[in-house]
Amino acid sequence: MRELIMVRYGEIYLKGQNRPYFLRLLVKRVNEAARPFGATVWLHDSRLIVSGMDDINACMERIRHVFGVHSVCPAIEMDKGDFDAVMQKAAELMQGKSGTFKVMARRSDKRYPLDSPEINARIGAYVLAHVPGLTVDVKNPEHVLSVEIRDWAYLYATVLPGVGGMPVGSNGKAALLLSGGIDSPVAGYLIAKRGVELVAVHFHSFPYTGERSKEKVLTLAGILSSYACGIKVFVVPFTEIQMAIHEKCPPDHTTLIMRRFMMRIADRIADKEGAQALITGESIGQVASQTMEALVCTDDVASRPVFRPLIGFDKAEITQWAERIGTYETSCLPYEDCCTVFTPRHPVTHPRLERVHAAEQSLTDAEGMIQRAVDGVEIVNT
Amino acid sequence: MFCYLDNSATTQPRRDVIAAMEHAMADAFFNPAALYAPGLNADREMDKARDAIANHLGPCQVTFTSGGTEANNLAILGHLRTCRGQGRVIHSAIEHPAVLEACRHAGTLGYEVVQMPVLTDGTTDLAAMERLLTADTRLVAVMQVNNETGAIQPLDEIIALRNRICPDALLHVDGVQGFLRVPARLSADGINTYALSAHKLHGPKGIGALAIAAGTRLLPISFGGGQEKGLRHGTPNTPGIAGLQQAVEGYPVKHAMRERKLRLLQRLQDGIPEISVNGPPADNLAACDHILNVSFPPVRSETMLHALEERQVYVGLGSACSSRKNTVSHVLKAMNVPTQIASCAIRFSLSPDTTQGEVDYAAKCCIDSYQQHKRFTRR
Repeated sequence: MRELIMVRYGEIYLKGQNRPYFLRLLVKRVNEAARPFGATVWLHDSRLIVSGMDDINACMERIRHVFGVHSVCPAIEMDKGDFDAVMQKAAELMQGKSGTFKVMARRSDKRYPLDSPEINARIGAYVLAHVPGLTVDVKNPEHVLSVEIRDWAYLYATVLPGVGGMPVGSNGKAALLLSGGIDSPVAGYLIAKRGVELVAVHFHSFPYTGERSKEKVLTLAGILSSYACGIKVFVVPFTEIQMAIHEKCPPDHTTLIMRRFMMRIADRIADKEGAQALITGESIGQVASQTMEALVCTDDVASRPVFRPLIGFDKAEITQWAERIGTYETSCLPYEDCCTVFTPRHPVTHPRLERVHAAEQSLTDAEGMIQRAVDGVEIVNT
Repeated sequence: MFCYLDNSATTQPRRDVIAAMEHAMADAFFNPAALYAPGLNADREMDKARDAIANHLGPCQVTFTSGGTEANNLAILGHLRTCRGQGRVIHSAIEHPAVLEACRHAGTLGYEVVQMPVLTDGTTDLAAMERLLTADTRLVAVMQVNNETGAIQPLDEIIALRNRICPDALLHVDGVQGFLRVPARLSADGINTYALSAHKLHGPKGIGALAIAAGTRLLPISFGGGQEKGLRHGTPNTPGIAGLQQAVEGYPVKHAMRERKLRLLQRLQDGIPEISVNGPPADNLAACDHILNVSFPPVRSETMLHALEERQVYVGLGSACSSRKNTVSHVLKAMNVPTQIASCAIRFSLSPDTTQGEVDYAAKCCIDSYQQHKRFTRR
């Protein structure tokens, strides 16, 4: 008899001939998550079995965070031959629970002497007799005790939901524009959840922002990378460009033009890294640079799709997500990532593309500045 | 050139301090409470350290603590434990959080906590204080030297007011920034308790002391084995105490900090006419020797700090303790410094080791950074 973790996958069920490809990737991701606990993972009867971990709860918690995992449950694997032992174990699993329950048996070993209704009845009766405080309700039970008879007997009574989604790496690669704020880490999470591998691009304006603000962003990337299987962060020196925009462009257009430069640079990095799309944490109308017109102006310079998974989210909803994925507290540290010096008091909210193009004309060395920023990138692996 | 001008945040421990601590750990490691001779020797060493401190403060009982914060807490809460939850607690508006928060806690114990305002130069408003003191005041907490502005508080006048209006109130002085740099004496009708910390004096972190004048009774605020006359329990930090003693004994009597500070200011004023001093005028008697707080509007504090950091000049941002909060310092706010000026405040704090070359270099770097960044203001 031993303890193991059963991992179920969700949407991969819907895949047809591609299913083996997705499953291989999921096994790889779960393996990466479980390896630090000394566990091994294998695919068995359309679910993943994890065994040999030194700390089952910590390992399960980690696996719940792997994209592609629908749910996990701690299970007991035991010899199916000794049915008395199986019943005893079942009662042990239900010990301490109260309310209604039912037993749900599945028998894939058709040579087993008891069929499913018999197993249900016998184990149900045993549990009822040995665990105080439980009654049977087969229609709408509070607890379900599952018993599966395969090569071994498997028992489990707790199912914990996973994060869902698709295994990372199954759906290409995208570059996330990552600031120290609340939104962009959530945007990265939601895209990575669909199986997309991430690289992150962060703009750093020393001395207007310091080491601690960079550290904060790297911490955020670290939290994200626990879901997204490692993120390469490109820290772009952005001071020269911010200063030039501040000096040469109309004050009400500076933020928008800055966003356009960020897009251009992220685009170049995406090229180098083979990322097919950009991701931002923008949401319509949240700030001046995120009005419909402003988004049109930023999109104008990107040569690939820009994904904005938070586009229809309210700030409160984004905050809830940030809390759920564990980035909120770090995002709230006070170190600035875009100094207020460079934020105009009255930014334009309905920019027109022709005016933006005209305003950018004064930046005669735009190409040189972008090249220097890209060349000066510092790469940090998280 | 490496130029460390953040000595009010912490100082570099001197070599002889480190050697004294090493000796205390490697050879004289015994528990001072042990009955055998080496234990007794360790106990005697602690008494020598107490004497070294008392030499500068007059007759007093010296209780070792984990640092300035604990010493402040012990004085304030240890005294209030003897007062049965009634009466007034008065502190100045510019105290360190160790005092502010301890007083705030006193509010939850039933005391009426009142804040004393300061004048625009950062010294206590004595007229306001006179109005706020009441006969039932239990505690007056005023720091000796403000950690952000270097303003020396008028303790003689404060003592006179206390003695006239509420002679039974305890006068607690946070001497963390003042000890050895501005004289102080303890007595029953003067300063009653005085907190100090080693790491501001080229000693180690994690050790400080509360000096208690004769006739002042405190109760402990943590509990244990009865060490430090039952006032501060736990095995004493003998290496730290040895380091504190060495730091105190080795602190130079003569130094040129004031001269260096004034030279730094002069250089800065020559290069940056827009500069303003936060606190008393630098050459005033109310300004301490080692702290200079200035604003370089419109260049924001963080920008200046990071620009200087790039050239290995390390300065403070108002107060190192509050640099994790994104707000204007409560000290400058209490002095009514306008937000635009306060958000541009930089604190230079010198040590006796600061050289003329260092202050000249720091001034040059400030002027260069100022010229480079002053164009970039919010529009």
